[in-house]
Amino acid sequence: MQLLLFLILFPLITALFMLFMRTDRERNWIVKLSGLCIGVATVLLLLGYFDKGTLYYSFDAGMAGLVMFLLEIIIAAFILWQGIKYRNYLVIALILVQTALLVWFEAFYAPAAEVEFPLFIDQFSIIMALIIGIIGSLICVYALGYMKEFHEHHKDYADRRNIFFFVMFAFLSAMFGLVFSNSLVWVYFFWEVTTLCSFVLIGYTKTGEATTNAFNALWMNLLGGTAFAVAILYLATQANGMLGLDQILVSGKALILIPAALIGFAGLTKAAQMPFSTWLVGAMVAPTPVSALLHSSTMVKAGVYILVRFAPVYAFTATGYALAFVGGLTFLIASAIAISQSNAKRVLAYSTIANLGLVVACAGIGTYEAIWAAILLIIFHAIAKSLLFLAVGTVEHRIQSRDIEDMNGLIVRMPRLAAMMVIGIAGMFLAPFGMLISKWAAIQAFIDAPFGFVLVIILAFGSAITVFFWAKWMGKLIVITPSAQNLEGSVDKHEWAAIVSLAALTTVTCFIFPIISKVLIEPFLFENYGNIARLSQDNIIIMVMMLFLIIVLPLSILLPHRANRHLPPYTGGIIMTPDMHFTNALGQKTGMKLGNYYLNAWFGEARLLTVGIYTCGVFIAVMFVTALAWGVIV
Amino acid sequence: MISLVYAAAFILLAPVVGGLLAGIDRKITAHMQGRVGPSILQPFYDVGKLFEKDKAVVNDTQRFYILSYFIFAIFTGALFFAGGDLLLVIFALTLAEVFLVLGAYAANSPYSHVGAERELIQVMAYEPMVILSAVGMYLVTRSFNVSEIAGFPQLVVIFLPGIFLGFLYTLTIKLRKSPFDISTSHHAHQEIVKGVTTEFSGPNLGFIEVTHWYETVFLLGFVFLFFAANWILGIIAVIIVFLLELYIDNTNARVKWQLAMKSTWVITLIAATVNLAVLAYFVVV
Repeated sequence: MQLLLFLILFPLITALFMLFMRTDRERNWIVKLSGLCIGVATVLLLLGYFDKGTLYYSFDAGMAGLVMFLLEIIIAAFILWQGIKYRNYLVIALILVQTALLVWFEAFYAPAAEVEFPLFIDQFSIIMALIIGIIGSLICVYALGYMKEFHEHHKDYADRRNIFFFVMFAFLSAMFGLVFSNSLVWVYFFWEVTTLCSFVLIGYTKTGEATTNAFNALWMNLLGGTAFAVAILYLATQANGMLGLDQILVSGKALILIPAALIGFAGLTKAAQMPFSTWLVGAMVAPTPVSALLHSSTMVKAGVYILVRFAPVYAFTATGYALAFVGGLTFLIASAIAISQSNAKRVLAYSTIANLGLVVACAGIGTYEAIWAAILLIIFHAIAKSLLFLAVGTVEHRIQSRDIEDMNGLIVRMPRLAAMMVIGIAGMFLAPFGMLISKWAAIQAFIDAPFGFVLVIILAFGSAITVFFWAKWMGKLIVITPSAQNLEGSVDKHEWAAIVSLAALTTVTCFIFPIISKVLIEPFLFENYGNIARLSQDNIIIMVMMLFLIIVLPLSILLPHRANRHLPPYTGGIIMTPDMHFTNALGQKTGMKLGNYYLNAWFGEARLLTVGIYTCGVFIAVMFVTALAWGVIV
Repeated sequence: MISLVYAAAFILLAPVVGGLLAGIDRKITAHMQGRVGPSILQPFYDVGKLFEKDKAVVNDTQRFYILSYFIFAIFTGALFFAGGDLLLVIFALTLAEVFLVLGAYAANSPYSHVGAERELIQVMAYEPMVILSAVGMYLVTRSFNVSEIAGFPQLVVIFLPGIFLGFLYTLTIKLRKSPFDISTSHHAHQEIVKGVTTEFSGPNLGFIEVTHWYETVFLLGFVFLFFAANWILGIIAVIIVFLLELYIDNTNARVKWQLAMKSTWVITLIAATVNLAVLAYFVVV
């Protein structure tokens, strides 16, 4: 249990230190050392607990509960102050309602609702802890270099890096707390802390756009938080104060389908599912490490984490299917919107929303096969997506643009960074890399579920769309432009270390995922579902063969071969200079540019977003109606 | 249940069969157009000549992409004929396809660039139908393994008429036949010259041709799978499908990519949804 408490408290202590660090030197050392400590501690956690099953920890948590309550009041006061300062009445209303619910709970029900085991750990928690600890720390290290450059590029923003790193580490602490909490009240507390952290980080630059988007994120997550608070009150009043995950998840659907639907709703807001997807896209105004953190190891992962935890409740209920359809449709629509985006960070954002949609769909189906796919998706997505964000961030500082069109021929201009980006993109959609394996698992899971064939159809279309937008981005990167110079220069060593580590992880996890599955995921499934899912031995061998081929084939360039004769590309007889200029019929010099297809008429953001908001809104309504109806009938 | 013998047979024999099919294709096409046409061995002469030609490239990375395309296309077919997992076969096919597209992108050439974009649109158009074909076969036979699907005692096509028709529709795209030869074409009458393959010449183009033979055999194998319970019927079906594709190729003008994609998706949606729904709810296999 010490290790659990260490992981929750140590980042918090680092965070407090960060608040007072003003020089780069001190900050660099402390962040690097803390990152290392957190990473090592999560690995120790893995080694110490992977074969122990589920362990619950009981201790007198009265004091901790009181501290949490006080902190929640402070958080509420801070949000209220921000709401008043920026005259955001929605936020004011939501935080007042939420605090009222909380105080009500504390005053009347909290003593009776003491959870016997506030903390716990199982294999799923370990997986989440590894993601948070390793990827989160790498992102913090990356941020050292990035934020320095960021403030050199943007002299007009106040340098509040001490606040920035404070919140980054507090975020990690809250995430550890969230995945180790058995008490729903504790989960709720950490949930609210992540909401607050994301609000502060999104609004970091304090520009008008950043503030607007931060408030957009805030009200959506507060809405989810309010639903969460209602769920806790419901459990406290209707379920004899049963607030431990261990009790809730085995207590039968009749009692907890309504709170599960409410918590599912909270999960949907946090995981940025439609109609709440806009906050995550808006969060792109924040510095890149923030995006990387929100998208890969924290925040949105908290949303899907809680959904996966509650998956046994959703399984085989109409509520669960409605939830699955929210996820499935979000996957399809967000992928389609990604086609129309040329801003790299927006493509990444929509792809995150889409992949989380797939996790949500799996959680809604809630069978052991679906949960196997969901956990694989969480792991692989976290690694590949953080890699892509960090690479895009570093490239952005060099080419002063995050537009994919401006990344034309990046392999010539910045070969190493482009190679890392190609690995990340391959990790997102190509066999035999992680995300593809997970999608494959999802197909198998959906097929065996009742009504699953509709989700399979959605997945088939969505996955074809995914191929399109990733492949065209990859194509842009690997164009060989003869006139370009190598501009890579020296990448900051912190940034480089994080990027290379993540690229290595992307590849290595593909090799070792059968081990991850066997050691962590399968025991978790067996304990919770009495059944396990896995890939067959044959398929694993074939995947490994493919991986080897992919790694070996680039070496073919080194093979001895006859020298090639080099010719310019075919241009229908026009003489074109290497930088793509030619003399037109009027004798003027004309430039030519090759651009990707964005198919705006079909996949335009405005149009599809409206469709997504309404259809997913309807399914969320169905989710609540069916949960209520179930409650009435049973 | 991986059978290495079948995989090896595919690797060795598919180029021969695929090349002959290409030759027969040209002969029949010529007759349909009132010409005599070349010998059915002509494709072999052509490819042989390509390999003797000068190695002219736009840049050196093209060789890597084409080699990868070639190897993964063979991998796809070998895995299929070895009786491997059908979904994995489809993913390997996509991987091969992406390498071809990357090769076209890498050349930084206007025609091959447009070809690459169109090729990706084609992938986006046909992939749902191909995945859903595998899903349909799973619902009938309860297995994704080609060996087990092939060993299913009843004709799979009886349960999957809609999916079979949908698959035939996408087959035209995969075989690069009119009206869907929008990213590249066998005939030199393309508005984007040779599209994806514009910048490949000599041995590289030879590899693309041979890869296409491999792909043709693999795709006809996929058609055969619908009829695998009765191999005589299967072979007849494959021949009819092949002739049908030639007929469609010669009687249709190329369409725009918009129509190609929209029609493929609509047909996929209707054929697959209806067929899968009926399978899921009404047919107990």
